[in-house]
Amino acid sequence: MERMAASSEIREKLRNKRRALQDTLVKNKNEDDIQALVPSARFNVDQQPTAMKEAEGSDEDPGETLRRTFRAQRQRRKKKLLEQSFVQECHDAEDAEEVPNARRHSANEGSADRADDSVVSTRPPTGSQRALSVRSEDSSSSQHLDTYVTRHLQEKLRAARSKGESLQQQEASEVSAEPVSRLQRLKNRDTVTRFDREAEPISAGRQDDPLALRSRVKFREAGRRVVKDLPTAEEAFNFFTFNYEPEPPSQQEGVSRKRQKRRERVKKDKGEDSQEEAEVEEDAEAEEDNQDQNEYQSEDAPLVRNEDDLFAIDHSPQDFVEMRKAEYVAYRKRVQRDRELLFTPSFRTVPTSVKLPENMKPRFLEDEGLYVGERPPVSLTNENILENRILKMAEGNKWFGDDGKVIALPDPIKESSTRPPLFHMEGDLDPALQTVYRKALKSKYANLYIAGAADPEGDYQLDVDVSGLIFSHHPLFSREHVLASRLAQLYDQHLSRQHNNLTGHLTDKLNGLRNALQNMMKIHGEQGSSEALRQRISEYSLEVRNTRQLRDTEQEKDRTLLRSVIKVWKEIKALREFQKFTNTPFKLYLRRENVDRASDERDYEGEILAEVLELEAESEGEYQKKLAEYKKQLEDWKLWRRKQKAKRKKKKKKKKGLAQEDTEEEDQDQDESESEGPFEEGPAKPQPPERPDVDSMEQWVREKASRIRRKPGEAILIPELSASGSITASELCPRAEIARREDVSRRSLFIKILYNDKEVSRTDSRSLSADFRVHFGQIFNLKIINCPHSINLQVFEEVGSSCSLLAQVFVPVPDPSVVTGSAPIEEFEFSSNQRVMFDHEGVGSDVPLSFESDGSNRLTLLTSGKLSCCVSWGIGEEGVPLAPPVSQQPGGTHSGRWHLDAVSYIGASGLYDMKKIGEWATQSRLDPNDPKNTSIMQLLKVASSGEVTAPDYFRLEHLQEEFNFVTDEELERSRRFRLLRLRNQEAPEFRNYKFVPLLEREVSDKVFQDYEKRLKDGEIIDTREHLDPHRALVAKYLQKIRESVINRFILAKHFYQLSDLVTEEEIPSIGGAGSGILGINLFKLAESKRPLKPQRKERKKVTAQNLSDGDIKLLINVIRAHNIPIRKPLGNKPGQSSQSALQGSDWYLSQVQVRPFVEVSFQRTVLQTTTADGPNPSWNEELQLPFSAPNGDYSTSSLQSVKDEVFINIFDEVLYETGPGGKERGTSIHTQIEKHWLGSVKIPFSTVYSQSKIDGAFKVNTPAVLLGYSREHGGSSSVYDQWRSTHGGTFLRLFLTIEPQLVPGESVREKFDSQEDERLLQAAEKFEKEAAQGFPDRPCITTVTDLSGKTVFITRYVRPLNPPQEFLDAFPNNPQEATTLVARFVSLIPSLPDQVSFSGTCDLWSTCDQFLTLLAGDEEEHAVLLCNYFLFLGKRAWLVIGTAIPEGTTVYVLTHEQSGYFIWNPSSGQFYNKDDSFCPLQTVGCLVNADNVWYNVQENPSPLNTNFDITKSNMWKPFFSRSFSHPGLSSVQPEELVYRPIDRAAAAELQDRVEKILKEKIMEWRPRHPTRWNRYCNTTLKQFLPKLEQSRGQDVAEGHRLELQNLLGDYRIAGFPLHLPFSEIRPIIEAVHSTGVHNIHSANVEFALAVYVHPYPNNVLSVWVYLASLVRT
Amino acid sequence: METSSNPSVFLLTVNGQIEGANFPDYDSLYCKYCYVYGHDWAPTTGLEEGITQITSKSTQSHRLIWNFPLEITFKSTNPSGWPQLVVSVYGPDVFGNDVVRGYGATHIPFTPGQHTRTIPMFVPEPTWRLQKFTGWLLGRRPEYTDPKVVAQGEGREVTRVRSQGFVTVSFHIMTKDMKKMGYDAGPSSPSAVQSEAQSYVK
Repeated sequence: MERMAASSEIREKLRNKRRALQDTLVKNKNEDDIQALVPSARFNVDQQPTAMKEAEGSDEDPGETLRRTFRAQRQRRKKKLLEQSFVQECHDAEDAEEVPNARRHSANEGSADRADDSVVSTRPPTGSQRALSVRSEDSSSSQHLDTYVTRHLQEKLRAARSKGESLQQQEASEVSAEPVSRLQRLKNRDTVTRFDREAEPISAGRQDDPLALRSRVKFREAGRRVVKDLPTAEEAFNFFTFNYEPEPPSQQEGVSRKRQKRRERVKKDKGEDSQEEAEVEEDAEAEEDNQDQNEYQSEDAPLVRNEDDLFAIDHSPQDFVEMRKAEYVAYRKRVQRDRELLFTPSFRTVPTSVKLPENMKPRFLEDEGLYVGERPPVSLTNENILENRILKMAEGNKWFGDDGKVIALPDPIKESSTRPPLFHMEGDLDPALQTVYRKALKSKYANLYIAGAADPEGDYQLDVDVSGLIFSHHPLFSREHVLASRLAQLYDQHLSRQHNNLTGHLTDKLNGLRNALQNMMKIHGEQGSSEALRQRISEYSLEVRNTRQLRDTEQEKDRTLLRSVIKVWKEIKALREFQKFTNTPFKLYLRRENVDRASDERDYEGEILAEVLELEAESEGEYQKKLAEYKKQLEDWKLWRRKQKAKRKKKKKKKKGLAQEDTEEEDQDQDESESEGPFEEGPAKPQPPERPDVDSMEQWVREKASRIRRKPGEAILIPELSASGSITASELCPRAEIARREDVSRRSLFIKILYNDKEVSRTDSRSLSADFRVHFGQIFNLKIINCPHSINLQVFEEVGSSCSLLAQVFVPVPDPSVVTGSAPIEEFEFSSNQRVMFDHEGVGSDVPLSFESDGSNRLTLLTSGKLSCCVSWGIGEEGVPLAPPVSQQPGGTHSGRWHLDAVSYIGASGLYDMKKIGEWATQSRLDPNDPKNTSIMQLLKVASSGEVTAPDYFRLEHLQEEFNFVTDEELERSRRFRLLRLRNQEAPEFRNYKFVPLLEREVSDKVFQDYEKRLKDGEIIDTREHLDPHRALVAKYLQKIRESVINRFILAKHFYQLSDLVTEEEIPSIGGAGSGILGINLFKLAESKRPLKPQRKERKKVTAQNLSDGDIKLLINVIRAHNIPIRKPLGNKPGQSSQSALQGSDWYLSQVQVRPFVEVSFQRTVLQTTTADGPNPSWNEELQLPFSAPNGDYSTSSLQSVKDEVFINIFDEVLYETGPGGKERGTSIHTQIEKHWLGSVKIPFSTVYSQSKIDGAFKVNTPAVLLGYSREHGGSSSVYDQWRSTHGGTFLRLFLTIEPQLVPGESVREKFDSQEDERLLQAAEKFEKEAAQGFPDRPCITTVTDLSGKTVFITRYVRPLNPPQEFLDAFPNNPQEATTLVARFVSLIPSLPDQVSFSGTCDLWSTCDQFLTLLAGDEEEHAVLLCNYFLFLGKRAWLVIGTAIPEGTTVYVLTHEQSGYFIWNPSSGQFYNKDDSFCPLQTVGCLVNADNVWYNVQENPSPLNTNFDITKSNMWKPFFSRSFSHPGLSSVQPEELVYRPIDRAAAAELQDRVEKILKEKIMEWRPRHPTRWNRYCNTTLKQFLPKLEQSRGQDVAEGHRLELQNLLGDYRIAGFPLHLPFSEIRPIIEAVHSTGVHNIHSANVEFALAVYVHPYPNNVLSVWVYLASLVRT
Repeated sequence: METSSNPSVFLLTVNGQIEGANFPDYDSLYCKYCYVYGHDWAPTTGLEEGITQITSKSTQSHRLIWNFPLEITFKSTNPSGWPQLVVSVYGPDVFGNDVVRGYGATHIPFTPGQHTRTIPMFVPEPTWRLQKFTGWLLGRRPEYTDPKVVAQGEGREVTRVRSQGFVTVSFHIMTKDMKKMGYDAGPSSPSAVQSEAQSYVK
């Protein structure tokens, strides 16, 4: 209270202080950075003691009284804190605290000094650079500083006094409620930490406000602890020492520092260094003072408005700014500017003192007993903000009342309405205020709905009268109901027939006709026959006949109807008897009308007689007619015969002359006519008609009469149906029936009326009565605006609260003439096909139901019924129908036309309603002669004649013709349309055809040439190209299969799955092998950023669309080769050696064993590497070959079908020095370069494409014999020797890829139909999926597609099959030989990759017999055949599915023998040991035999490291296991293979042809040089080839070479045999061409060529071509 | 000239711009566009596909403005397969992953003159809810394998989409020789008719 009282005084002092501050600021500007750095907050606390002291009243001397005042002050402060924090909870603690605190003050005094010193000494040099720089500044102007400090301190003390007061106040309200802008405060705090970082931990409490707050919190906690359990003395002590301690020392320290400063001031002259530090700090404090003052002042600005000097203070930092770093100042500047412009009202509570005029105590009127009312509720924060804002304003104080709150009226919101209620009646109201009812007006545009409506006032009303509905079947029908409804129907039918009485009419008519006929006959008989009369008689008799037939049918119908009525009634009776209760009130009475038996019989007989007579007459007439016809025909025939005879006679006469006698001729003629009859066409001899059988006729008539007519004398039965029967009461019924009845009573129905598909109203819900009738009897008046399109009544059934749509009834829109009152109620049938079943007596719906005891004769009833309703136009007040005029009918807009257009008139749905079409036809007065209308007229004629039969077809697209923009013929003729159509059909030639020309004339006929040729060629087999008719057939067959498969794929391409269109992240597997939870691979995070073994990153793939020629290159990196054959030294012959010695190149040649280079040819581009030396050369060269797709079509499917192959040939570059001319000897040397083919590798482009890169060592296809070369590397001992001995092969290491990387074709979804068990297929899919997840690089195949495109399980392909008997017989006691022979046989079947033959990476597996018939297949066919042979030979064999170079995913065969596991390459016939590192198989994916599939789950999939023991389940995961056992799949293979015998003659013929063709080709390839053939050599080579075949290319070379050399001593021979399986002639030519033998251009070269074709069973042929070049030396 | 009097193709020139978009919930989006056209069409000049800058909403307006120019000329012999503009909008999600915000397509207007099209945009929906969540978390929303899918009808029945916002595109269309080839693409300015009439007179 006293503080408040002193507030005016404080303000005065503040003013003083500010003036002083200004002075100091002006004096030393350079101190300002410290000002900024030193926290003002700290200052606050430091100043507190002095402030308190001042409050005590002792102004001047702080020294002695300090301690005392401080204690008092502290105590008071703490009390306040306690009040705030935990008001009365720990009074005792407070009491206890008093004593030690007081004691400690004195104790701390000394330590504080020390602490301060230590602050100075322990400050690290880096602690504050700014402080250091300041120090240097200080020293420069130390003198000046001294004086400043003294003055300043004095002033500061004074100022602090005044300020302390306000601070106390602030603290009283809220410690941190000082109105400093938040920004500023933040900055200050920041500086605190910077400057006092070291000091703080030591003195533990240079308290700034937050700290105080913290300690208070701690204190509160302590207090709580105290409350929990009363503390012991020690605890209490600890409590104070630990928790509360921080506060007092700080205060104390502040005090002690003050004193210290004073002391320093005394000592100052000495200028000690140590003191200087303190000084700086002191100064800082002082500045901080100022700073704070500044802030305070700016906050207080409105309070002290007259102070102009405030401005100077605000600006002064800017002056200093120039000495600072730019950005720092800029920030400050901005802060400053912000502060100038912006004001953020604090939301802290404003102290009351500020709000009240000085020296005023808040006055609480309420306390004084006055009523103040309730203030409107405002949140405290908002109130605070408002108060702060108001205070900021000029004369802010006047907004506050005496109690320090914002002046406010009591809550303005009244609880009751202030609007005066209107008590008086309407009449009293001012007429101006009276409400007038106006009808809702339609807007003008509403008329748009009814076309052409002229008057906007025309309102139309449609009355829908829903009278009720009757079910003809309802699911709740009991059996009796079903019968009853049938009875009712039959009875209705009967009644209607009775009513029409067709029989009667027809009988009368018949009698009339008969009479008339008789009369006529009579006249006829009297007067003789006139033509007209006879005509009439026949007409009449025809009429009689027709009428009689009609009558008969009608009578029959009547009769059957009556019978069925009786039958149903009997059934009902039986049922009632059986179930012992009655459900329906129906009763049928049969009224008997007795007739006079005699007359009846007479009539009956008369009728029969008449009929018989008529029939007789008719048949007689018929007979006569026929007879007449017969006679006529006979005449004709006779005439014709006579003519024939005459003709023949003439002929005869001409032939034979006149020598013959006539009689003879006659006879002959007779014969001839008989014999020639078949040849000469003419009328056959007619047969005479049979006479009608009168007796049978009568019998037939009688039979018929008894069937269709009442027997004579039998009473006439007239059924009468009445609903007078009583229904058995529910109590008497069995339980099921009661349940049914209850169910019925629960049901109720209502009808929704939908107008133009919008619900407009609905009827009340009416419960279903026991007789399944519902009566609604409601009329709905619909005011309509929109022109009516449809009126739809929906029948809903309600059971309890759920309702379901039972049926819909579409009611036609009535004619405008149909008005309410005159319109009859029509019945519309409806039905619903919902299936309903009950467990009680209700028969349900769509459930088969039988009335027979044996359950036969089932019938299925659907819920159906009749809805009786009536839709008509309403009648207005003047009796005017409220219907839109006719012209406004639908289609009125084109009224000129609608009469002619049936569809627009009656709607498409009405088209099969004959009645409507008929109506329409009469209305529109169709012209029957108009050809356009013939179809309709025809239809109407059919419909109207006889009974109305609904057509059993729908007439769809009957308007199609109107849409054809040209006729079909024109469409056919137009080339452009044809082109467009073919493209649309995706014919292969036009699938990607661009720019179909716009004009007909621009489409040339050439475009179709290819296409037409293909169509034509489809039938013709070209035998020329194939040399072998069988192969030609096969090729054709393959072509056909290919086409069908392609078509299938094209179709499949148009079926999309979600994954084709949308790329979506897979659902991450939780805890899967690779990825962790939610797909985040934890291991990935732990991976090293730069692994030691970096992995090849995937290149960016290019989609094929944007490519063009030249964009794609095939990169081939030729790295090195191993074990290339070396040249043989030519020193065998003495002559040669002398020659070489002469040339001096012998030494060189023998050194240079071989100089190989690699030549790569692809798509007519040939590139070669440089020449290297030695048998193990290393080139490391990259060759780039351009690639162009066929027709420039770079789509995936096109690329997949690229058949080009990459030929990689190894050549030896041989240099010969040709004999130089005699003259030039010595001066010039002619060197001739020859290249000798050493071997080749072929890689299909499709393999490169599908695998995107191929990397590995390829076995080079080397000929069995290379003349002039040997594999042995004499003398060179190396580590390779060991494997050289085991592997005779040459290897070439290559890396092939396509740049840029192309996206390999997606494998086509092989979702073909299958005959496999669905469960098996699912298991297979799962197995493959799991396999792909575990080891994505290992292929796993469980199901394959056979040639017919069906999915087949793979094990079905494996079955022991017999190889040709010849092989078994060949080596009866050497199974090993037989094995290799079989393998060779399999390898001789040509390979044809599926990818080439079938575009799309679809693998088709043919069975062995198909394979042998086609004689072409992929690796898998070879493998299957080989495996099956091995199994037959008693080996343990499996199919190995894995990856190999260069095939990619492929199938090999694994056998197990005593010596270990062997891997067979079925396409080459080679086998490898499992441990062979040169085995082309790289990974083993799975093994397959007839029983199971095993998937390799071992760490390393290479065959070297794979354990092939399939019994180990941790290494091989079987498909069929105990949980899913083998279902006993039968094999798709035949039981036995039948082979065609060896055809040696054909082979010999082929051999000659091949030889001839090759010779021609070689000569053709050497157009500029003569090609000489060495006949002698030819024959030698030819003799040698069969030996090679027998030894299967094994080493016979040495002997052969010697033999050759003996024979052809003087020649240098280079040559080799090529071996190929035979498929076509073209690959042989290619192979010969690629060796480049023909390229030798030396003048004296001779060639030798020999061909040998070895036949194997089943037309498998092995072709050997021996090529050699001979140079005479 | 021989070619002008007897043309074998007609030309369609499109000038315009992708003006902007309205995606109420997203910001910092960019847009890619490309054209889809039939077999008988070929662009003669201009950019066939492009990508706009990333744009953010301002505080005043909630529209994203790209003002990205389009300029392309097609030649064709057959109006079937009339070019369509396919736009797809991408932008960062909460976690900064670049995700798709919408696909849309519109036919290039047939008639010469100025047109403005507002293309409603949509994105494919994840197949199930967990996927939606993980997709949201990892920033891997479902996307079309090829944005051009939205310009074709085939196979769309297997997808489910959610609508997202709108992209506004303005076009200025010019055609040449359409009428001569017998295709009347609606009203053209009277002056053009006149000039054509004159050419016929000649």
